[in-house]
Order: sequence, then structure tokens, then C-alpha cells
Amino acid sequence: MGKIYATESDKCRLVKAKPETVKFLLAYSKSLSITEAKGLQFESNMN
Amino acid sequence: MDILTEDSLLIKNYISGDEKALEILIEKHNQRLSSFIYSKVNNRDITEDIFQDTFIKVIKTLRRGTYNEEGKFLPWVMRIAHNLIIDHFRKSSRMPMFEGSDTFDIFAHIGDEKLNIERQLIKEQIDSDLEILVDELPEDQKEVLIMRIYRDMSFKEIAENTGVSINTALGRMRYALINLRKIIEQNNIALTN
Repeated sequence: MGKIYATESDKCRLVKAKPETVKFLLAYSKSLSITEAKGLQFESNMN
Repeated sequence: MDILTEDSLLIKNYISGDEKALEILIEKHNQRLSSFIYSKVNNRDITEDIFQDTFIKVIKTLRRGTYNEEGKFLPWVMRIAHNLIIDHFRKSSRMPMFEGSDTFDIFAHIGDEKLNIERQLIKEQIDSDLEILVDELPEDQKEVLIMRIYRDMSFKEIAENTGVSINTALGRMRYALINLRKIIEQNNIALTN
């Protein structure tokens, strides 16, 4: 039984977003700036 | 501390400026959200794109201070992802994507006919080299070759313009080409593109 489950373990890899994507999101969050003026919100990205 | 409280605490910390809290939130729900998206789109790259867009929306909402679903973070994120998945299918049905296979690649059949910049430069170089070589030909042969190749005149027109018979014009053209080849061979010139 163990053999049957073990042969194609590679095909059962779990789906997970890549570390690069997570890194991008964290960088995006750091660079995002929201400013408010006269009741309106403005987004800006500071790189 | 149960999962829901933990999420709301992380959100609170993130809103107050703790970027690490966002990292924990993303990592915590990464697998579940990715698997959810993948189960619908069945493509790793699209999953990655939708995952990214989902969290961009999450980040914007949290930073704008408009998040008001305390304690229900994951269902909210899933709903954003679900809407983005629907958008994706709407877009792809309007603009179906064609993917080539190992046996058929569309780009083997269509392409840009224009020369790239390197080939353009090579062509210009060849054209100017050829002009110098043509200049070496005897005057009568040069005249016929220029009229035929550069001015696209027929042999009848060449004959009329130079005051010779069509056969003489043809003969001069033939010798012009033979002599050009000779000059090229003698000087080991390579004219290729």
C-alpha cells in the first residue's frame, strides 16, 4: 500500500503562491501610500 | 487564541503599521487561497496572478480603512478571489487565449516580415558595397544594370534609351553580372544577409 501512495508524490504537490509573489505583495504594501484630502482618498506608490 | 481572533489581531496590527503582520496573514492563508483559485482556473500562472490581485485589493482596503468585516477575514478574501476568477473567465471568453502545443506552434506560421535592426544595417552595408562594385563595371554594362535593377526598366525600354537592340542590352546585362561575380570572387567579398 505504501508503495502505491509513494510513487507519484510529485504530482500531488500543494498549490501555493510563489515566494516572489509574496515578496512583491509585501513590497507593494510598503510602497503604498494613501493620503486624504477634502474627504477624498488618493493612492500613490513610492518606489 | 482561535484562528478568527488571530486574523483580526493581525489585521489590527497591520493597519497600525506592522508590515510583518501582513506577511503572516499572507503565509497563513496562502495555501488555502491558492488551492481555491487553482481548483477553478486549473492553471498555475493564472492562479498566481489572481492570488496577487486578490491581496492587492486586500491591502488597499485595509490601508484605506474601509475593511469592516471583523472576524471574517478568510471568507472575505475568498469572495474577492471568487469575483476575480469570474472576471478572468469573462475576459478570456471575450478574448480566447490560444496556446500552442509541441506539435503546432502558431508563431512558426506567422511573423513580422520586416527586417530587424541588425538585418537592416547589414542590408544597408551590402547595398553600399554593391554600389562601389557596380561603379567598377565598364560604362555600357553599368548603364544597363542600373536601368534594369535600380530603375526597374524593361529590356525594351533600356534598348530604346541606349540606342541599341534588345539583344545587345541583354548581352550587356549578362556580362555586367558575370563581371560583378568576378570582382566579388577576386576580392573575396562576402555579400550575404
